[in-house]
This record gives sequence, structure tokens and C-alpha cells, in this order.
Amino acid sequence: MAQQGPTSPVPVPTKDASQPAPKPVREGIDLIVNDKRYRHTGDKTMPLLWYLRDVLRLTGAKYGCDQGDCGFCTVIVDGKATAACQAKMEKMSGKRVTTVEGLAGEDGKLHPVQQAWIDEDAIMCGFCQPGQIMAAVDLLSRQKNPSDADIDKIGNLCRCGSYGRIRKAIKRAAGAMKDGKA
Amino acid sequence: MSGEVRLSRRRFLKYAAGSAGALVIGIGTAEALDRPPPLGLLGDAWAQVGPYLRIAADGRIYIGVRDPDNGEGTSTSLARIIAEELDADWSRVIVEPLGLGVSQGNGEPKFTYGRQRSGDATSIPAAWADLRQAGALGRWLIMQAAARRLGVPAEQLRGENGMAIAADGRRVSYADLASTAAGIDAPTSPPPLKQADRYQLIGQPAGDVDARAVVTGTLRYAFDDTIGDPVIAVLARCPYPGGSLDNADREAARKVEGVYDVIDITPEKGQPLGQAAQAPAIAVLARDTWSALSGRAALKATWKAGDNPEPSSQTLEQKALDLFGDDALAPSTVRNDGDVALARKKAARALEATYFQPWVAHATAETPNCVVRLDPDTSITVIASTQSPRQAYTVVQRMTGFRPEQIDIQVPRGGGGFGRRLEQDYVAEAVAVALAKKADTIRNRSIKVLWTRDDDLVRDFYRPLAVHRLNASLDRKKNIVGWHQRMASPSALVGRATPDNRLWQSEVVPDALPAGLVPNFRSDWYPLDSKLARGDWRGSPHVTPTFASESFIDELAHAVKANPLDFRLGLLGEARQLPYSGRGGPIDTGRMANVLKLAAGKLDWSRWLRSENGLGIACAYVFGAYVAHAIEVAPTTDGIDILRVVCVADVGRAINPLGLEAQLQGATMDALSTALNLAITVKDGKVQQTGFRDYPIAATQPMPYDVETVIVPSTADPSGASVIGVPSAAPALANAVFRATAVRVRRLPLLRELARLR
Repeated sequence: MAQQGPTSPVPVPTKDASQPAPKPVREGIDLIVNDKRYRHTGDKTMPLLWYLRDVLRLTGAKYGCDQGDCGFCTVIVDGKATAACQAKMEKMSGKRVTTVEGLAGEDGKLHPVQQAWIDEDAIMCGFCQPGQIMAAVDLLSRQKNPSDADIDKIGNLCRCGSYGRIRKAIKRAAGAMKDGKA
Repeated sequence: MSGEVRLSRRRFLKYAAGSAGALVIGIGTAEALDRPPPLGLLGDAWAQVGPYLRIAADGRIYIGVRDPDNGEGTSTSLARIIAEELDADWSRVIVEPLGLGVSQGNGEPKFTYGRQRSGDATSIPAAWADLRQAGALGRWLIMQAAARRLGVPAEQLRGENGMAIAADGRRVSYADLASTAAGIDAPTSPPPLKQADRYQLIGQPAGDVDARAVVTGTLRYAFDDTIGDPVIAVLARCPYPGGSLDNADREAARKVEGVYDVIDITPEKGQPLGQAAQAPAIAVLARDTWSALSGRAALKATWKAGDNPEPSSQTLEQKALDLFGDDALAPSTVRNDGDVALARKKAARALEATYFQPWVAHATAETPNCVVRLDPDTSITVIASTQSPRQAYTVVQRMTGFRPEQIDIQVPRGGGGFGRRLEQDYVAEAVAVALAKKADTIRNRSIKVLWTRDDDLVRDFYRPLAVHRLNASLDRKKNIVGWHQRMASPSALVGRATPDNRLWQSEVVPDALPAGLVPNFRSDWYPLDSKLARGDWRGSPHVTPTFASESFIDELAHAVKANPLDFRLGLLGEARQLPYSGRGGPIDTGRMANVLKLAAGKLDWSRWLRSENGLGIACAYVFGAYVAHAIEVAPTTDGIDILRVVCVADVGRAINPLGLEAQLQGATMDALSTALNLAITVKDGKVQQTGFRDYPIAATQPMPYDVETVIVPSTADPSGASVIGVPSAAPALANAVFRATAVRVRRLPLLRELARLR
């Protein structure tokens, strides 16, 4: 098992995020990641991306460019798609973060966007796809029926060029989410 | 229980009972042996046979995939080749990457899975040659076992979805037969392969086997992997090829919270390119990535360019033009048919054009990285996305001195390859860091070296900058009677123990069309000097030459007022076979004409003359595959809109049409993105591009919404898929742009040049 470094956070063993957190034993930044409460006690300037990957060992959000340009590290922070490489931990206090690992249900049932990605066989190397999926989830939360122009605004890069299938998968997911609610 | 079957002089199939009632089948290579090794020996040598297939008694079928998958889809397609011959139930198949197979054999490493190289579209043709046999042996053994169980001759049984079925309808599952099958005597010759009309999986679409792991974020790329709690290392590398350290504040880096150590790394001298670290560097080792990055920033390292700094792209281009104009020089003549000089003298018309293509980078989605766990006394484990695990092994072995059984190289799915991961510099560098790490607190921990995007772009193995000058001679009937192409580039083979007269081999393909179609044909290559590291980029010897030749053919068609489709079909002439010395040949001109016609038809080529939009077409023969692109663009005020893109491919039998379509679409997108916008440039002796802002890989825009693909039905042996959609896309685009704007773009990247010329 991996050993936690000296400034690793203290993951508060509360399964239900709605319960009040226990009293702080050490000052830090409290945030919720995939419905679990965590406290970050390390460097406040650490980007959320490295906190997720190195500290929480959630490696679904990928590193791509450090500049917020590629979208590989897209996660959802308080309901908004965010480049985790650009989000400093000091701004994360009280935030609710969802990563690709938090999309599927506890029973393993995939989110409609994840399912659409499989159904359209949209992955090639797959490295950008967690970010693409989070960006699509964000888009579909704002636009139930996104146009091609809406999809173009996402701007996430796919080095393998799977854009045609990504576009189809977003539209398929939009349809599935509509049907699911009807 | 075990047995073996000879496949060829050097290859054999072996099978044995696995644990828990399983049947295990592998393919072995009898190196330098005239006779098959005796069974007694083989019993000890099971480790030297690559197991590819395990039929478990619980019904699960494990299939090992030997070649690294960096997005080419081989995890899916290679597994289906085996599953097909086995008549397996695909829903019960579990695919596992095999990692490097190496064992000890008379003091030399024996590579149990063969080449294991992922590049130049080789995986599928190689699998077709041997992996089918593993599946066929599995089916044969299972049917023999079923024959015993059911009391009917094996010939009267058939396999279907993991069941052996008798003529009277009785059936037994493979799971129930596996342990009996392992005890069957070996057939005297390899069992027959399936007839294609019985295929259930090959030719049918299949989604990627890793899709669920990818979309849930649970697939571990090397970048995500760990061995224990690794020390994270990032390196400040000298950005100047041939340069050296000027100044760095190591103490400032050490003071950064979380930094464990700061180590100078000096590349080994005298090693072939790609088999040692590239640059002098300072490694910052830390608790986590952010601490390591902060430590690297605190170094404030500055570097010196050294003597004879790398010239700018303009300087190299001028040098190329000087070489072309120097008649006293003797270039490498790659092919020479007839007499191009005489043809030019007699020509009714002669044309010339010069094309300039820049350095380009790979910019794989997953930047280079490597996890190393080293116990200096006993063993080393390396986790690396590499396209050549054997090369990685060679590097690791040299640097550690370990025996094969002490070296474990794991190869997870890679986040894009494109040729970048054929180079093992990042593995060598990580091993160097692991060997150098001395601080007591971290001595026993694994290390993980990560490259940031700027590291990746500044220290890539670039596709060489290339200048092509083409001359054509036409007779009075507008036939091309002479073709002289000259190419100048810094060869990617320099520094790799290649003799000077073979340096062209990474740059140009001698028999690429129109060779063989023009009676007087000559192809010359001239070397340019550069210090930038060069490497393979998606089948690069096909890429820049095809842009030049397919653009030039279009220019010739325009010069003689011909429709460029008809002009190409006329040039191809009667369907026939042309000799081809490269992989995949001979070239069938009929198949090439066919893909051109299909691409044109799909784009409604009859509009070519009258359409306000520009229609462009181009074709290429790549590693046995015939590919054509037809593209429609509309002129805009400040550039172009790409409206439609058609890609037609004849790859022989398509193993997985869904995967092939993805490869064609992706390669087309990449080729268009690269042609439109991408260039690596050198200024003041170093590469200028450091991120996606100055190396703007295209997002959905300005890419077309879709790449319409047509896969030609064929029963010919399959070629590869992963790079074949690249070469003809850029010239089809440039040809369409010419029709749309009347501007002939002879310099890439295209959008910048189009803006300059309009």
C-alpha cells in the first residue's frame, strides 16, 4: 500500500457528505471530492490536479499542458467545468468537486455520457477522454440539446482526432438523458 | 500434459495444462535450431514460449496481446484474430497486455513474444501470419476433446461461441473441455485455419476492449501508475541541442518544501540516438509532482547553446536550395529509371515546383514518463508506455547490467504514440535518475519521472523539416514522360549506426508513385545538417514526399487543363502490378484507381469544374494499404472552411471495421491539423514552441464535423491501419484549397502561408 507523505490530507471517514464534519484537528482546506469530505493541509498553491492525482490518488483527471488549454484535466467544481491544473487549492475551500471517477453510480451503472462514449466507440488512445467526458457532462447540464456550435465551444483537445465520434457521443448522451427524464 | 506443433522452421506452437483445469497455448521461436527442441527440454522452457491464450475451466478466455496499444486498437483487433480461429464467445474474452517477454537463453536474451514493436502499421500483418495459428490449435484440441466426450469424429463437430456442437445438436462448452484438451496428443502439422466464409468476428465491428476502464477513469496509463509510493522527479533539461548548463541554484530547489534531492544527470556518451537520455539535466526529486515542479522553478536554471548552434528553419531551407542548385554534388540517388535529363531536353513542356514542410512534433496526449523500481542488488521493474519494449529492455539491461530474468518491463496502454515512443530516451533518463538517487530517505523507493508539455515539445524526436523540388517533363500528348524529385532533409537515421548511403531510408520511399508509372524517373535525396533529434512520425517517409508529389501531380493536371481525377487515373493506366521494394508490395494500380474513384464518387466529383467550393483529391500507397482522400473546402474572408472530408481505404481484409474507421478518421484529423497550423521552429539555437498555444493542435474547430470513410471490401491479407490515413490527407487539402482560392500552397503550415499569399 502507498504511504502517505507528511502533508497528506486527512480524509475524514464520513461516507455521507450531508453529515457535519468532525472538529478540525489540523488547519486545512476542506473540500468535497466525489461526495467525500477531505482536508488538504499541504501547500495552498498546489493545483487541484496534483492534489487529486498525487494526494487522493484519483488519476482519472489527466495532465496535458499546465496552461488550461488542452482540457485533459477537466473536472466539475461547484457545477462548472474547470481545468484542474489551473485551480489552486487555496480557492477550493468548501467546493464540491466531481471527477470522472465520481460519475458512475455506486452500483457501477455508468453515467449516460460514459455509456454514450462506449456506444459510439469514441475512445482511441483514451487519454483525453475523461476530460472530454467531464466537459460533455458540464455542457449537457447547461444545454439539454446542444448544437454543433455548442459542442465546438468545449475546445478540449483530442490528439488522436476522435472528434467526429465525440460529437456523436455527446448527441447520443443528450438523447438518452432526455429519454431518461421523460 | 503438453504438446507442440511446428509452424515453420523457427516457429512452433506449444500447449499445456494450466492450473485449475485450463488449456494454455503459446507460440515459441526456436532460435538457431534445426530441429524442434525435444519435449523434455520444452517442459523447462515454457517461459520461452509466449502464452497467448488460456481457456479457463470457468468459461473465461484470456487472450494476451503482445504489441503495445497506444490507441491503434490492437488490444481489440489482435485479440479478435485469435478469438475468431478459436470460435470463442467474445463476451467471455478478457484481454491482457503481455508486457515484454524476455528470458535467458545461452547468455542471450530470448524474446518470447517476437518483435513487440508497435509502429509502421506492422501489428496486424504479423498477427495474421502467426496468431491465427494459436487460435486454430486451441479449436483443434478442443474439438478432439469434444469428439471423445461425445463419441463422434472431430470432423463432424463445429465450434460456435465457445461451444463444440455435434451434428445432432449435442453441445459441450469449451470450459468443460479445456482440461481434457490439454492432454490430447499434438497434431502432426498445424491445424487448418478457418475458411473466411465462416468468420463471426473478423470483419464485424467491435468496440475497444478498454473502453469501460477509460470512461470510468480507472485505466492506469504509465502516467497514472505507481509502484509503492514513488518519488516524483521532474527534470530541467538543456533546451539547446549540443548545449550545456550555465547556472542553476540547486540550494534554492532543495529548500522547497517536499523536495528530497537535486541530482545532475549527464547523458551517456556514444549511445545510438534514442537509447540514452537526450540532454544534460538537473533532476528534482520530491514528495509529489507539485513540489517537484516548484523545486524545478526554484532552480532558475540557465543554459548555454554551445558551438555551432542549431540553425533556423530558414537557414536550413536555403541550404537545401543551394544543394539542389549545386551540380557538382552527388546526392543519394534512391531510384533512377531511364534518363530524366534527356526526357527534359525532348519535352514539349517542363514544370518545376518546390515545397517546404516544417519540423513537426509528436505531442502525444500522454507526455513521456516512466516509473522505475530499482533494487541495485536484485532486480528492476520499469513501467513505460513504449512502442518498442525490446528497445527499452536493451537500454535497461545496458544501464543496470542485469540478466533478463531480473528485468521486468510492463507496458500499459499508452496515451498516443505516433512514433515518439519508439525512442527510449525517457526510459534511459528515468533509469539514470533511479541509479543516481542516493539520499537515504528515498533510497528504497521507486521513482516516477514525468515530462511537462514544454519538456515534451522542446525535446522531441521531430519529423524532419523537408524541402522537395520536383521537375516534370510532358510530351505533346500531355503525358508525364519525365519526373525528377529532389528532397533535402536532416535524416532521422543520423546517429543510429546507419551508413551514409542509407540515410535516405527514413526520409523517402524509392518506389512510391509515380515511380513505375513514368518512363524516366529519378529520386534524389540530399542530407541537411541539424542537431535537433529526429525520429519517425506516423510513417514519415511516406508523409512529406506524398505532400510534394500529390500536390505536384495536381499542378501538372492544372497546367494541361485536365481534371485531376482523370489525370491521375490516366497516369495509373491499366490495372497491373508494379514492383515495390518496400513493405506491402507489389502495388496494384487497379486497387489504387479504385480508391480514387470511390473517394471522388463519394464527394460527387462531377461538381469539380463548376463548384464554387474547391474539391481536391490525392492518394497514397502506404505499407500495403491503398488510400485516397477527397476534400471539399469553401473559401472564407480570412481562410477556408473544411466542409467535407472523404477517406477511402483498401487495406485488404478489415479485421475490425469500427477500429479501422477510427484509425482513418484520426489519422486524417491529425494530418489536417498538422498541415493547417503546426510547425516547430528554431530560434537562437533552440525550439521555440512550449505549449498548445504556440503548437496549436486543432480542437473540433477548424476540423470537419466528420471524416466520411469508405472501407473497400476485400479478401486480400490485411495490412495495418494506424498510419495509412496520414499521407494523402494534406495534399488533398492543398489541392482543394487551390480550387477554392486559386492559391497554390507550397509551404506548410497551410493557413499561415495562405494568408501570406492571398
